Amino acid sequence: MSNIDFNTKVVEMKNITKKFGDFVANDNIDLTVHKGEIHALLGENGAGKTTLMNILYGLYQPTSGEIYIKGQKVEVTNPNVAIKYGIGMVHQHFMLIDPFTVTENIVLGMEETKNFGILNLEEAAKKVEELSKKFGLYVDPNAYIQDISVGMQQRVEILKALYRGADILILDEPTAVLTPQEIEELMEILKELTKQGKTVIIITHKLKEIKQVADYCTIIRRGKKIDTVKVEDVSEEDLASMMVGRNVSFKVDKVDKKPGEVVLEIDNLYVKDNRGLDAVKGLSLKLRKGEILGIAGVDGNGQKELLEALTGLRKVESGKIIMNGKDITNLSPREIIDSGINNIPEDRQKRGLVLDFTVAENLILENYHKEPFSNKGKLNHKAINDFAAESVEKFDVRPRNINQLAGALSGGNQQKVIIAREITNDPEVLIAAQPTRGLDVGAIEYVHKFLVNQRDNDKAVLLISFELDEIMDVSDKIAVIYDGKIVDIIDSKDADENTIGLLMAGGGVDDEQEQ
Amino acid sequence: MNKSNKVVVTIISILFGLLVGALTLLIAGFNPIEAYGVMFEGIFGSPKYISWTIVRSTPLILTGISVAFAFKTGLFNIGAEGQYIIGSLVATLVGYFLKLPIVIHAIVAILAGCLAAAIWGGIAGFLKAKFGINEVITTIMLNWTALYFSNYVVFWEPFKRPNRDASQQILDTASIEILEKWKVSDAGREFLKNHDFLREFLNPPVNFGFIIAILVAILVWYILKHTTLGYQLKAVGFNKDAAEYGGIDVKRNMVVAMMIAGAIAGLAGATQVLGVSKETAILTAVEGYGFDGMAVALIANSNPIACIAAGLLFGGLKYAGSKLQPLMGAPLEVINITIGVIVFFIAMPKLINILRTAISNKKRGVKVEDTK
Repeated sequence: MSNIDFNTKVVEMKNITKKFGDFVANDNIDLTVHKGEIHALLGENGAGKTTLMNILYGLYQPTSGEIYIKGQKVEVTNPNVAIKYGIGMVHQHFMLIDPFTVTENIVLGMEETKNFGILNLEEAAKKVEELSKKFGLYVDPNAYIQDISVGMQQRVEILKALYRGADILILDEPTAVLTPQEIEELMEILKELTKQGKTVIIITHKLKEIKQVADYCTIIRRGKKIDTVKVEDVSEEDLASMMVGRNVSFKVDKVDKKPGEVVLEIDNLYVKDNRGLDAVKGLSLKLRKGEILGIAGVDGNGQKELLEALTGLRKVESGKIIMNGKDITNLSPREIIDSGINNIPEDRQKRGLVLDFTVAENLILENYHKEPFSNKGKLNHKAINDFAAESVEKFDVRPRNINQLAGALSGGNQQKVIIAREITNDPEVLIAAQPTRGLDVGAIEYVHKFLVNQRDNDKAVLLISFELDEIMDVSDKIAVIYDGKIVDIIDSKDADENTIGLLMAGGGVDDEQEQ
Repeated sequence: MNKSNKVVVTIISILFGLLVGALTLLIAGFNPIEAYGVMFEGIFGSPKYISWTIVRSTPLILTGISVAFAFKTGLFNIGAEGQYIIGSLVATLVGYFLKLPIVIHAIVAILAGCLAAAIWGGIAGFLKAKFGINEVITTIMLNWTALYFSNYVVFWEPFKRPNRDASQQILDTASIEILEKWKVSDAGREFLKNHDFLREFLNPPVNFGFIIAILVAILVWYILKHTTLGYQLKAVGFNKDAAEYGGIDVKRNMVVAMMIAGAIAGLAGATQVLGVSKETAILTAVEGYGFDGMAVALIANSNPIACIAAGLLFGGLKYAGSKLQPLMGAPLEVINITIGVIVFFIAMPKLINILRTAISNKKRGVKVEDTK
């Protein structure tokens, strides 16, 4: 708190309204941010927080309203203007060029040149190093983006903004892709930045991080500003209910349950990644009835390949997958579905949905060839529509329009469509990969309840997630994956974040090797 | 964009195309109103012209459906041209060498043409499914392969017609021309003498091809809309990752899609041979039915039913355009440029959309917000 200079309002947005056609994305929003402050923008998906920041960064023009930067009224007509006023934005999806080095990415568009336009990268690299030292943002200026971790890439994005002279840094969902340790480090970096007079605005729907790092928080719901609060004075529960507009329970209610017999057994599995290198290296795992087994791990430790091998999308090199005593290794996706395994895919827009299909069409993606949806190759539109109408009602898909294209739904509702579909077959094993990625608390609560419900009905759930909190909240047992292997399996009652975080980062493995 | 909106955009595009076409004519020194008058007269001026327009449009409708179908399933079939050539070659071979009763002969010849072209298209589908080779490249190369293969076969002694750069003509039993014999019989002549409209209308080689094309359009629409096959093919076309995840055999569907597309383009060639040309000529270059089919599919927005209208429009423009030369002395190049410009704008409903969005500036913002 000590870093805030209350006499200097670096950003003032007054009565900002932004309409897209009839849709009001921002409705008369005010936002004031002081120098040296970390200000969080909290809201559900589609609440309008990113729109507001895109207006500040010049990507959109407000329908009405005024913007003051450091007391001066400005028209931010495009991002270049924003950069000129010292505003930098780090987007949720990084905008880096993989085969370029860190330095090359940072100087992109404002390269230092010697005579005749020859690049002076040494000079640039020096500058980058100075900057990274100054703010404690360590990166190797000569590393290639494709070789560094996501957390490092984020630092590059931040450096890129600082290199362009940003005093006000906007971060859009900065922790979505980070490990707990990386999040911790990012929080430190943000605090360091404010110490040196920078101002930070973070867009997020993670309450824990707001509590941890932000000074003030502005809550936006359905385009309207609800309030700006001093973070010290409120609890996570308060924030959540302001965001959603009702009380939200964080605790996943679970009764103790004794797991049943093994349904799915993975034995010494080897799977290669796209480059032909081993990604899953001798992984073994047992999944029991009435149990949620969470797989915790940092992205890129073989989860994707494991998931694809389990669902028949990727070839198993060696090892076995046994479902109910039957060998299902290397069967086709359809045979695996028929064996009783359904899957909420990791990437709902890539794997989970055909975005150009309607909701109804998506709901039958795995069952279109079965009765009653079709008979002898002819689709039964009535049965399909009836089923779809029932599903959207039961799973509260909004809007209740089964002829809506799936691509037009919000992320949370897309996820509901997938869940509705995957539950149709009442699968014995449900593999949920990143089932709440990008969802807001309301939707997350819904998905978690659903997973627990499956477990309570004596079905097995395999949960793969990069969100450690989610794994810890929902799972009965936690298996930590590192470098293609399960390094440890812990009962979730005995699990603590630090131990698992360490295991996720390979801590456990290194210890073993040293011994 | 909803359906009625799409139709409006297409109509605006067509009008826009005609407008810019008029400009082209004006620049070239011709009175566009007069020229369009000649073209209009050239299509609707006589029953004969109308039936010529239909006859000329038939293969374009079919190649259009072929491209449109492939496009719906996520494939870009540049190979309609080659499939057309294979379809016409095989239909001619069967039409000439096989001795079969009337009707049956024509059906066998058509099916043979379709089958051969389906295999031809299937090659590209197979190469894509098996080795990941882009169908655009393979189909372009297969076009040339088909062309020279066809020429090679036509040069084959028993097949080639002496002193002509073409094959033997198909047997009469294989013809699908309507009332072909009767038209020139005494009774027919006598009857037609007193029936002006019919006489004029039947003057060109009117044939069953157009009816077949309409049936195929309906069939393809039905397959895409009401069958599991269509569902699978579209799922693969829209998002093959999700289709694969849902248990659909993506590779098999790619091959099937290309085979169906090939069969439809082959049907265009077969009906053209059996109904109009009656022979396969030795070609120095491709005739362009397949390429025109891409334009037709574009105008039709890949809707098989709309391909009928789009094919008629395109065929009509080409047919009527050819009359500008003798009647107005406009050089062929100017005519082709004009047609080209018209098609260019018709095939670009996106442009109209961009113009509309630029004016209202609504849609884009909503979309961006939706993805959040």
